Amino acid sequence: MFEEKKQTTALLRPKVWALTLLLATLTPAMAFAEGEALSQEHGNLLWTLIAAILVMFMQPGFALVEMGFSRAKNAGNILMKNLLDFSAGVPVFFLVGFGIMFGQDIAGFFGSSGFAMSGVDPTSAAGQWDLTFLFFQSVFAATAATIISGGIAERTKFSAYIIVSIAVTALIYPVSGHWAWASLWGGDELGAGWLEAMGFIDFAGSTVVHSVGGWIALAGAIVVGPRLGKYTADGKAKAIPGHNIPLAGLGVFILWFGWFGFNPGSTTTVDGTIGYIAVNTAMAACTGALGAMIFAWIKHGKPDTSMSLNGALAGLVAITAGCYEVSPVGSLIIGLLAGILVIISIEFIDQVLKIDDPVGASSVHGVCGVFGTIAVGFFAAPGYGDNVGIFYGGGSEILVTQLIGAAAVFAWAFGAGLVLFTILKMTIGVRVTQEEELKGLDITEHGMESYNGFQIFTNE
Amino acid sequence: MKLVVAYIRPECLNAVKQELYAKKIYNMSVTNVLGSGRQKGFTETYRGVVMEVNLLKKLRLEIGVNDDFAEQAVEAINAGARTGKEGDGVIFVLECAAAVRIRTQETGPAAMG
Repeated sequence: MFEEKKQTTALLRPKVWALTLLLATLTPAMAFAEGEALSQEHGNLLWTLIAAILVMFMQPGFALVEMGFSRAKNAGNILMKNLLDFSAGVPVFFLVGFGIMFGQDIAGFFGSSGFAMSGVDPTSAAGQWDLTFLFFQSVFAATAATIISGGIAERTKFSAYIIVSIAVTALIYPVSGHWAWASLWGGDELGAGWLEAMGFIDFAGSTVVHSVGGWIALAGAIVVGPRLGKYTADGKAKAIPGHNIPLAGLGVFILWFGWFGFNPGSTTTVDGTIGYIAVNTAMAACTGALGAMIFAWIKHGKPDTSMSLNGALAGLVAITAGCYEVSPVGSLIIGLLAGILVIISIEFIDQVLKIDDPVGASSVHGVCGVFGTIAVGFFAAPGYGDNVGIFYGGGSEILVTQLIGAAAVFAWAFGAGLVLFTILKMTIGVRVTQEEELKGLDITEHGMESYNGFQIFTNE
Repeated sequence: MKLVVAYIRPECLNAVKQELYAKKIYNMSVTNVLGSGRQKGFTETYRGVVMEVNLLKKLRLEIGVNDDFAEQAVEAINAGARTGKEGDGVIFVLECAAAVRIRTQETGPAAMG
């Protein structure tokens, strides 16, 4: 284009000469820039890395939510658990978990290669992608692991929790992850898990990440038993209020922020879908908070702060499976229903099943994860993703597959969680002594207070 | 009339309250206090450095009762607060010269409820 201009307008005035010269110097520079434009490959790598960093930031989110919803005397212990499960989980996933989740498939059930990223060449484009993908997947594994600490907060032995974290990131999470996501790394070459071969849809991990964490937390809460004073002698549930709702609220916002890496990042590709996935994620989180707020308002007379916060997380967990498959309108409805469901579930688990889950981890991540997974069978919309759900005239096959997937992962994660916690209970013990629990785990497990200099009022 | 003042372990408050309720004693005031008894505190480590903590967190419980309830209040506090280890605290029973219930203007034993 510039060449043509030069030919038609040149040689008329000195000014034009100057302009032509300027253009002539600029043109090579532009050509150079064109050649160096971000390739699709590098764009994918960059986007996946940014998303992974956002997902890593969900760790402080979880830490703050769990800390805020528990008592001041245990705040430092919760923080240590969140620090530990990330610090232990990421290396363990690198050494063992990744290979089981994404390695050479054996019968659709688990992988068997790629341990410690052996054989990956960091100088090749493929190797660079592999390591980026590992980083992205390791922060996901750490997310599943960190969900558990909230469900068993305020009474679990720190030493037992270390072993739980290692077992989850080495084995429990990678096995069910393999069922649904195995081919994300090696494609057809390394084989697919049995659930994904059936067409199971869990785009960013309502089931693979959140339900797994939620169900292990539920198993842990059952085996460890309720906190002292949680249930009266005649079995009535008592409230043990969290000590810092502002911290918990900040944590929810941070999780919400991180979720924009969790869901849109799960494309691991830069394409046009990442925008609508972010829209869907935002919609469901908003209506999740609204649903919980309105439902609590009608049911209990006040728009409960902690329940509304749980509602936003419930919406986020529920949209995670279908964020690529549903429309923004579908997301609004899924979030709203999840916000209502999470309150019903928290109250059912707390008051009817009498399982003490201090932060509602099993309801937010387990129950709403299953709900979101099943919802894909109804809400998968034409034009979004690759499937059409029942509400848009699709068949019921997707719904059936979603139900099978959610049930199978429940059986695995809950069952493995029960076995793991029971073995720990019979060996090193899972619970602190009564005296330690009354004094608080900060002093008794870690030898220091979280709020030195503050007066913590005891009113139990 | 007696004023029962007890210094107890914070973690024993619930147990003490339940014991008091069982004896139909519902009026009490609770404040956070720092104090030390014979055991002279404990040691804590902070970032690897040992620190002495001389004053321990305790709760101060005050209960105004009529004479015939004083013994029961002491019994209840004993039952709820005793672990048998150092730091269980102490109970003082003081004579109470006068009492006025502000809303009803009742005085004397009637004001103690």
